[in-house]
Amino acid sequence: MKSANHIRQSNVRNFLEKMPTIFKWVSFFSVLLLPVIAMAAGAETKAMSVEYRDVPGIGSRNLVWIVAQQHLLLAGFVLGVPIFGWVCEIVGWRTKEARYDKLAKEFTKLLTSAYATTALFGGILLFLLIGLYPKLMAYLTEMFFPSFLVYCLLFLAETATLYMYWYGWDYMQGNKKAFHIFLGFLLNLFAIGIMIVPNSWATFQASPVVVGDGDAWTRAWMAMQNPTWWPVNIHRLIANVVLGGFIVGAYAGIRYLLAVSREEREHYDWMGYVGNFIGVFGMLPLPFAGYWLMREVYQYNQQMGITLMGGFLAWLFILQAMLIGVLFLGANYYFWMGITYRIPGSENSYKKPIMAMLIVLLLCLGVWMTPHTLVASLAEAQKMGGTHHPLLGVFGVMSAKMTVANIMILVTFMSFIMYWRAGKQETAGWAKAAKAIMNGLLAIAAIAVIVLGVWGYFVPAIIRINYFSVAQVLIVGFIMVTFTPLTALLLKSAKTTTEMVWGQMPIRAGYCLVLNAVMVILLMSLMGYARSSSRVHWHIYGVMRDTSEYAFSPALGYAAAFMSLNTFVYCLLVSFIFWVATLGDKAKAQQAKAEMSDIPGGPPAMAGGAPSSGEKFESGILENHK
Amino acid sequence: MKGPIASGAILLVGVFVFIKYLLPLVTAPLPASLIYLYMTLAFSGIMLYGTMSASSLESLMGPVFRFLSGEGQSGTGKMARLAVLVLFPLLVGWQTYTSLAPSDLPPGENRTIHPAPPGEFVGLANPYQNNEANINMGKGLYAAYCSPCHGANYDGKGPAAKGFNPPPANFADPGTIAQLQESYLFWRIKKGGVGLPVEAMPWKSAMPRWEVELPDEFIWKIIMGEYDGAHQSPRTWEEDD
Repeated sequence: MKSANHIRQSNVRNFLEKMPTIFKWVSFFSVLLLPVIAMAAGAETKAMSVEYRDVPGIGSRNLVWIVAQQHLLLAGFVLGVPIFGWVCEIVGWRTKEARYDKLAKEFTKLLTSAYATTALFGGILLFLLIGLYPKLMAYLTEMFFPSFLVYCLLFLAETATLYMYWYGWDYMQGNKKAFHIFLGFLLNLFAIGIMIVPNSWATFQASPVVVGDGDAWTRAWMAMQNPTWWPVNIHRLIANVVLGGFIVGAYAGIRYLLAVSREEREHYDWMGYVGNFIGVFGMLPLPFAGYWLMREVYQYNQQMGITLMGGFLAWLFILQAMLIGVLFLGANYYFWMGITYRIPGSENSYKKPIMAMLIVLLLCLGVWMTPHTLVASLAEAQKMGGTHHPLLGVFGVMSAKMTVANIMILVTFMSFIMYWRAGKQETAGWAKAAKAIMNGLLAIAAIAVIVLGVWGYFVPAIIRINYFSVAQVLIVGFIMVTFTPLTALLLKSAKTTTEMVWGQMPIRAGYCLVLNAVMVILLMSLMGYARSSSRVHWHIYGVMRDTSEYAFSPALGYAAAFMSLNTFVYCLLVSFIFWVATLGDKAKAQQAKAEMSDIPGGPPAMAGGAPSSGEKFESGILENHK
Repeated sequence: MKGPIASGAILLVGVFVFIKYLLPLVTAPLPASLIYLYMTLAFSGIMLYGTMSASSLESLMGPVFRFLSGEGQSGTGKMARLAVLVLFPLLVGWQTYTSLAPSDLPPGENRTIHPAPPGEFVGLANPYQNNEANINMGKGLYAAYCSPCHGANYDGKGPAAKGFNPPPANFADPGTIAQLQESYLFWRIKKGGVGLPVEAMPWKSAMPRWEVELPDEFIWKIIMGEYDGAHQSPRTWEEDD
């Protein structure tokens, strides 16, 4: 056995050996930056006269659209993962459970792999913007230059911290763990800084403010503090966690499908559960953050608000409802399958509540997806007396949408609580009373949310927006913050009636995790387009007009095709990055293959794959377990 | 009939009958796009619930897979399988053909009812005080100029309303003027149907361009009268506005 001193020395050596990688990347990016510096130095006068450049074939706008979307999605993952990776590490540190530390390390492994690609796309985007939109970039540089410097410093700090955090993981165990946790904190701090600084540039384009006199730093700070800056910051922060969670879930889902050993199946089943949980956890407050953002947009400029919510972009919100609906259904479906598969014998006890939750979710989705203005033929419109249905038209306005969104969040939260309590029996004397109170509170909350929603039709919009919608959010929030600790207390003394068995989920659970990730990527592509398009023919809304040949909004079908393309490209990129990141695991997998005989029925079949010969058809269609 | 397949089929048929035939008994018929949406949701629900566990999956899909695989089938069963395997692709082909074949019917409309107003109308505030005299004057003007189409009860059912398709807006509906700021109404009344922007295609609005006949003062007062008469409030960002 190696001595502790020897292991420490080995870790230090390993750490130092890896260090040159940083310098390699820095040198690589420095070389890439040289032409930009040269271009900036030599092309000052030319840039004054050139307002736009085009790219033959694809067009400058489309190229920037693809690269910007890829960069944003990659950045969302890179900034979201450290948040829950760090939380996971803290949980492992406090509970002394090694599996959490292992999971946090696995999250960080994915992060390091994606980090360089994110920076690469950031660089490409910068080059393209400088080259293709010199007029706009000159204006933004003039306005924000000091913040560019801050951004560079933050990026350097983030890079250095990430490398120390990742390569120092094994070295900083034991009494050095606290410092490693501190590094994780710094990593997140810098990451949030990296997100909010460029957010200010993009939000300034959408909601510019009058910038008074002052030095460059003062003026940049004034421009940063535009009305949609913080709403976008909060919305993106939460969305990044959701994206990161579901992508990690999809990664775990694929690894689960490919797993050959029992240990791997158990680990990736659990990782998939954690990924789904993180995604759901982030998804619960996300609609509220989105609502706040849209409120600020509306308040900032009625024209922009109507373009988004009532004008030609309004259909995107129906698509958004569909995607969110699939995400809610997918996340809940995964929870419910977790109950029936991981807790043997529990299926019958949970049939009725699952059915009730499913019906409520579907009814809510039906309301959320119902547009205010319906797609109807001439004959249908004549029968309806217009394109608003006299009865179902009431589902088309925000009062209805907010109500069902809150109910869906409540249902999803209760799905999680049900999963948490499954297979356990409360033994505390006060358990019965506590459960009765919880049921009562839940019923009152649901009724209150619905009553406020209906009442919202009969009060001025400002009362609904300022009080009723906020009250609905607070009611749902109250349920979450009271039920979570109460359930934890109840379960503290509960006895386990059925042990949870990991690694028993069917193959469709893995596909469900992948579907959730694809949905969230599509959602971000969709809403990214909506946010960007709401500026219509302005680079900077009301300040700098787009005078290029692309100063028009593409048709929704065209935009939808681009969103799908972006989603596809991103999935390819992420798959490639993860494939590279897990190459080292292949050798381990080969070794584990030899132990395959341990698994009854063999490994799970992939799509289209025939069930293995040992699989019994009678035990369930395409089921690969006992 | 028993079993999840029969229950699912009955449920689907029930939902379809309800939204297609029963609901129109109390309200207007639903457009096909909405029926399709609700049916998709109902089908998704059945599939999700039916595949929740190993046993439910077996109950729902087991007979289907066994039927399609032809395992142990003979006589009528075999013929039924053959019929399904032949008829199903034909059904898909027929559906594809009918949805793509040229038709003399106009396509379904995706009309933007509330397009964004032009910049010069954004942020305008009603310059006239919201008092009884102005509201009453507005109601009088409304009665003279607007009520023939929009109705004396502000419900879009004026005597001339039946002559228009789409019909005039119903101001009493909380989904119309209650969602908008006064400046929006000012734009729509002043510029009328011909002032609609490109995004509001196919520009189906018979609203006159009232700026030709009415001064701005009248338009602002009509707006006050409309909101008061329809028992609605304009969208504002300050409670005391």
